[in-house]
Amino acid sequence: MNALIVSAVLGVVMMFSGILLKQKTAVRNVAIAGILLLLIVNLLEMNGITLFKIDTHGMLLFDHFALLFNAVVFAAVLLYFLLSSAEMEKVGVNYAEYFALIFFILCGVTLVTSFKSLLILFLGIEIISIPLYILTGSDKRNLKSNEASLKYFLLGTFSTGLMLMGIALLYGARGTFSTAVSPMVTATPNFLLLGGMSLLLFSMAFKVSAAPFHFWTPDVYDGAPTVFTSFMATIVKVVAFAGFVRLFDDAFEAQQAQWRIWVAVITAVTLFIGNITAVFQQSVKRMLAYSSIAQAGFMLFALYAMNADGKEGLLLYTAAYCIATIGIFAVLARMSDYTFDGFNGLSRGEPLVAGALTVFLLSLAGIPLTAGFMAKFYMLKAALATPGSSWLVVFAVLMAAVSVYYYFRVIQAMYFKAPGETVQPSFPAFFKWMLGILAVLVILLGLFPELLLGRLYF
Amino acid sequence: MIAFFLILVPLAAGLISFLIKEEKAVKSFALLASLASLAVSVLGLTVLKTDQYLNFNAPWMSSLGSSFSLKLDGMGQVLCLLTAVAYPLVVGGSWQASHQKPGRFFGLMLLAQAGLMGVFLASDALLFYFFWELALIPMYFLASQWGGERRIPVTFKFFVYTFLGSVLMLIGILYVYSQTADHSFSLASFYKVQIPGSTQLWVFWLFFAAFAIKMPVFPFHTWQPDTYEQASTPTTMILSGVMVKMGLLGLIRWLMPVLPIASYQWGDTVMILAVIGIIYASLIAIRQDDLKRLIAYSSIAHLGLMCAAVFSENISATQGVMIQLFNHGVNIIGLWIIVEIIERRYGTRKISELGGLAQQAPVMATFFVIIALANIALPLTNGFAGEFLMFNGLLGAKSKYFVVFTVLAGLGIILAAVYTLNMIRKTFYGEAVSLKVPVTDLKLNEKLVLGVIVLIIFWLGIHPQSLLEVTDGFAKDWVNKIDISYLFRK
Repeated sequence: MNALIVSAVLGVVMMFSGILLKQKTAVRNVAIAGILLLLIVNLLEMNGITLFKIDTHGMLLFDHFALLFNAVVFAAVLLYFLLSSAEMEKVGVNYAEYFALIFFILCGVTLVTSFKSLLILFLGIEIISIPLYILTGSDKRNLKSNEASLKYFLLGTFSTGLMLMGIALLYGARGTFSTAVSPMVTATPNFLLLGGMSLLLFSMAFKVSAAPFHFWTPDVYDGAPTVFTSFMATIVKVVAFAGFVRLFDDAFEAQQAQWRIWVAVITAVTLFIGNITAVFQQSVKRMLAYSSIAQAGFMLFALYAMNADGKEGLLLYTAAYCIATIGIFAVLARMSDYTFDGFNGLSRGEPLVAGALTVFLLSLAGIPLTAGFMAKFYMLKAALATPGSSWLVVFAVLMAAVSVYYYFRVIQAMYFKAPGETVQPSFPAFFKWMLGILAVLVILLGLFPELLLGRLYF
Repeated sequence: MIAFFLILVPLAAGLISFLIKEEKAVKSFALLASLASLAVSVLGLTVLKTDQYLNFNAPWMSSLGSSFSLKLDGMGQVLCLLTAVAYPLVVGGSWQASHQKPGRFFGLMLLAQAGLMGVFLASDALLFYFFWELALIPMYFLASQWGGERRIPVTFKFFVYTFLGSVLMLIGILYVYSQTADHSFSLASFYKVQIPGSTQLWVFWLFFAAFAIKMPVFPFHTWQPDTYEQASTPTTMILSGVMVKMGLLGLIRWLMPVLPIASYQWGDTVMILAVIGIIYASLIAIRQDDLKRLIAYSSIAHLGLMCAAVFSENISATQGVMIQLFNHGVNIIGLWIIVEIIERRYGTRKISELGGLAQQAPVMATFFVIIALANIALPLTNGFAGEFLMFNGLLGAKSKYFVVFTVLAGLGIILAAVYTLNMIRKTFYGEAVSLKVPVTDLKLNEKLVLGVIVLIIFWLGIHPQSLLEVTDGFAKDWVNKIDISYLFRK
């Protein structure tokens, strides 16, 4: 509850700061202070200190998983602000408004991670989506940005429509919006229930860009300003996953037999399309867009397995994936050339940046000693606990082996190729050290995942 | 404590090496660090032999049922000794070779050593997997950054192959883990697992893929000749001398005792692959003109023989494999050192462009002949003891077709003599090719390193007992563990 209200207030504060503060650094500092405050109030609530007491009539439940998930997401946004907020200046003139929109998104995030009613889920998803449409199109004079925004808006509203339809059908079947349904009500699956469930499955699959609902992803990620792509591909995606898992864990536990096979198929298709298409990309930005689809395939395991390991895995995956992807995008946003060749010889001029990038890429590929490996490990372990899932697990690791191909292309370019003619960007010292610290964090989480997961049970 | 220091010394030294800029300094430091590891290894072999020193346990990821546990058993002793012996030889033997960014080069080399030691010591499946990859990553960077023209794609092929194998193994590990009674990754729990025979049959391949690619066994070998050829010679030495042993160790420690029924069932299939590999690689070796490729193919044949011996599942063969793990490593490093010397002095590795080196460099020729003869297992050399035991074991194998396998594998020995003697004749004897560069014989460090290798060759050739004693208990234990004859008695 703390984070929900504080994030909404902070959104308004940021809007006013644009009027009151003339300097952009001041605005940025307010935003960083704001996200720190948000993180702190969330941690307070984890330790039992609630600042606001509001009766939500059981529509919201801030359980431990939700709070810890929020903490990870807020920490990721903090890192994002520290690394990339300077780049936002280049997008357009409405600097403060971008931060305001992000804080509104975070308000939606708290709703999606802690809903107990379908209406709240709908509200949360919409609060996240609408600012995102604006951020995608924020580079107003860029045609690609406009196209991406329109595409995202049209497809996004379509999927929201599906979701609303699904919720309506479910209301018809159960007579309540609450996801905490008693087993009595759900005993007999009927058309309304199964229809509603399928529509929700499809619309959430759209939000997490799982295949075959992923077609918007590459174009939108490619067209949006790179700083905002970074935000969309990490924070927004993992939050949609948290909502996805929460929804199916609460509302459709009894129908697991019906939806599990669909989720398995979606997972396999997502892994296949994401990884295979990423191999053929020439631009690192587009490669990362497909890589995010591929990673979504692995995150879907949490939904498929739907057990304690899966949820721990999702939490770890969130941390591992966000740190690595935010780090890579932060470097990418400063590059002048987005192709693989743009990274040629980066290790000669910037050994620290190249080293950190290597750690991030190894983490995304799932090499041991990095957080990414432990995340994948938890997911595989969770999935194997389900009988009859060996085929899916074997398929997933084969696809993980494919992913090595495109992640290592960047490493090869940085270390083994001579620098090209394009001028390498210069990175500020603070930025470099931040990247170094993040790389250490990735390795720490890879060695001691219990540092994070242990918090889940206290 | 010994086990822990075997990993800690190279790990710490490797990280420090990255910071040293000067080439001479970093070389000396690497040599010193590798000698320190050797000292630790010898200490564990001779003085501090109780479990208290050889085992190490620390809590790590306890919620998963994994712990940081290391155990130095007989096979571990041999392989750690090999790793510890190999590094001073590699650093000393290639003292004259210069590398760009020497700090990074030796740093990665030492990190790889830490990873290798970890693989040989780990007695926890998850830890084993960690080290397995940890040894691979530095090798990837080493082979990609320093070496021949085509090194980047070639090394990448190697990396993708091994990574594919290891992720399959990860599933295997996870599967066995899910079947353990106490949900633990420890080796002891893995050995206690009873998996139904029909399931074992497919889980076997998840593990075997990883180990077969690493060794490599035919038909998973295609990465190997290219990688050996393209990587810089010190890297190749570690790859071929030490790293391939990871595959055999995996078979012996992590596959066969865990899945004994499948190992028995698939024994013939694996032996067929191994024997095909021996013959096929030897035939190709005969046709090679590049010294590096010749040795690479000869290595495939040797490893094939060891793989076949492992699957004959008896004490003689196992003891043969144990001693050969060490011998093959030392001998092949000796061969690479000489190839590197030849390449640096004469500017070519092509057999057709070389000739009459024995007149120009008699000392080198002597060393080379001795090492090459050890490689084809002439009596009195270390290779003989190992191969004799392995063939003895093959003849006692439980397989119905053991005679066929033994005869075909024996054919491999003859072919090995053909290509090795041919190579010696063409390069060292015969008409001297006129070369532009003035040729000198061996330098002091090279004499020293090759002298040590020759000493080991003769010592273990005459007195193999000194090494066999170390692995005696392990081999007996192991044969008992994989024995499934109780199933037939019922």
